[in-house]
Amino acid sequence: MATAKQSSYLRDVLKRFFAHKLAMVGAIILIIEILAILFLPSIMNLDPYSIDYMSFGAPPSAAHILGTDDVGRDNFARLIYGGRVSLTVGILSAIVSLLIGVPLGLIAGFFRGKTEVVIMRVADIFMSFPSMILILVLASVLGQSITTVTLVIGFLGWTEFTRLTYASVLSIREKDYVQSAVAIGEKSKNIMVKYILPNSLAPVIISFTFRTAQAIITESSLSFLGLGVQPPDPSWGNILYYAQSISVLANQPYLWVPAGILLVLTVLSINFIGDGIRDALDTKMSI
Amino acid sequence: MCVASCLTQRMVSDLNSQKNDIIQVKNLKTFFYGKKKFLQRERPVVKAVNDVSFSIRQGETFGVVGESGCGKSTLGRTVIQLLKPTEGQVLYKGLDLSTLSADQMRDLRKEIQIIFQDPYASLNPKMTVRELIQGPLDVFSNDSRSDKLAKVRKIIAAVGLREADLRKYPHEFSGGQRQRIVIARALILNPEFIFCDEPVSALDVSVRAQVLNLMKDIQADLDLTYMFVSHDLSVVRFICDRVAVMYLGKIVEIADKHALFEEAKHPYTEALLSAIPVPDVNVKRQRILLEGDLPSPYNPPSGCQFHNRCRYATKYCSVAEPALTQVDGEHYVACHRYSAPEKMKTVS
Repeated sequence: MATAKQSSYLRDVLKRFFAHKLAMVGAIILIIEILAILFLPSIMNLDPYSIDYMSFGAPPSAAHILGTDDVGRDNFARLIYGGRVSLTVGILSAIVSLLIGVPLGLIAGFFRGKTEVVIMRVADIFMSFPSMILILVLASVLGQSITTVTLVIGFLGWTEFTRLTYASVLSIREKDYVQSAVAIGEKSKNIMVKYILPNSLAPVIISFTFRTAQAIITESSLSFLGLGVQPPDPSWGNILYYAQSISVLANQPYLWVPAGILLVLTVLSINFIGDGIRDALDTKMSI
Repeated sequence: MCVASCLTQRMVSDLNSQKNDIIQVKNLKTFFYGKKKFLQRERPVVKAVNDVSFSIRQGETFGVVGESGCGKSTLGRTVIQLLKPTEGQVLYKGLDLSTLSADQMRDLRKEIQIIFQDPYASLNPKMTVRELIQGPLDVFSNDSRSDKLAKVRKIIAAVGLREADLRKYPHEFSGGQRQRIVIARALILNPEFIFCDEPVSALDVSVRAQVLNLMKDIQADLDLTYMFVSHDLSVVRFICDRVAVMYLGKIVEIADKHALFEEAKHPYTEALLSAIPVPDVNVKRQRILLEGDLPSPYNPPSGCQFHNRCRYATKYCSVAEPALTQVDGEHYVACHRYSAPEKMKTVS
């Protein structure tokens, strides 16, 4: 039952997604990036930690196609490994936000009353914190590891999902088709999951992609400030950290420009994919 | 779990009630409360359904007519417990629905269904037609997948949809076809009672007759009871057996269809009937034009709520509220002209 149901719906959604040009461009860029991040290290035998004692801060050459950094580590290898870290942190922390935020928004909007007041006021309180400062504090208290950065960014992002879900649940719970679910005797849980959730998901999904992009940027900002992912672990943010030095900024663009470009490309692709998913989920769009 | 207790309750109350009444509504009230404003003593209240009593017999079509906003949909939704009544009782086959727990009520939903007014809003856009129609079966029946599909096929054939439509989504259909889907969904569990909330008012005149005929045929086949809410008197005349006229949350007249259309007693009913268009240019008609608008439901008139628009009203009407009284046989009307004609003349 469930499999047949999903496959027909999924097929329609995929059809619409593949017809969305920008989303396809974004998806292709992202897929290439992910493949490179996954397989290039073993193919090219890259090691982001090994130090080449013969060249510190060397310009691009045959041995190091993007040169080496100031302690002699291969810059290309660090860029690829940094991508692993950045993408993982971005996606995982957005998932953490989503998993906390969406159920809370759904519950607040469906049950109303006291539940609603408690959840939404807590969300308001969270939203009125200056999040960057909170992240800085938490990161320095909890220790600077990839896991903490992911969890902290993820945990502080739930309010956006809660508010979005809550807002669309409020409008959807009044629709006749939700009343019809009551009239055919569906249980509250099923009404929430089968009738309200699928119809309130579109804004959440775009928001998820934006959140991923934002989390990648937040991680980069943290690392750029020296509080995120710590060297020797590479991330796009702490590669950009080099650009804090004027001489690197001016004279060694090969050190930071590739990381910057990849960051922009990734964030842009993810946003395009978000647009594509939103349009694909809209059953009213023609195939 | 509740079957035994429900059954005994049913049997006991069956003795007290008329056997052929499927629905009995007793002094039903559904009020909506607004927000209390600054310096206001009480919360504003809309008495959407205000002390309404009637009963619906097994197998008949009971019509409810009235202007927009008079509370007819609210009445229906309260009867089938989609809205909680503020006061009063709804008895379904003698069983008081307000005493049921949420689980018991959910269990009873397979016998009580609804057809919504707007077929564009009452179908979940994320479900295929098959999922929509099969939904009630998934809730209530333990049939195998193929048995359920067979039932779905049978029902879509009955409402005139095609096999290929099962995989489509609601937005791919016209209004008339969507209403057929809604009807199919309401019918799949073989319900006994269906509340029809203006089922054809969102439809084109051309498909209106098709859908109404479909509903009539199905009723004859399955011995269904309908409660049919509409503001369209010609539709009501076509499909209903008995009709109640509502004004500002109250029933002002209940009668057999023929009695109502031929000898309406209440002045409001008279005015409504005179507004039915007659498709003949040569017929000269006496239109009764009502003065003023429907009064604000926040602040209904005193006494008889209709007195400020009624052409027979006297001082007495603005003081005392008329009760629904029997005039002849099955004909009930809430008007002082029938219940207290002498007081209307004397009290000033």
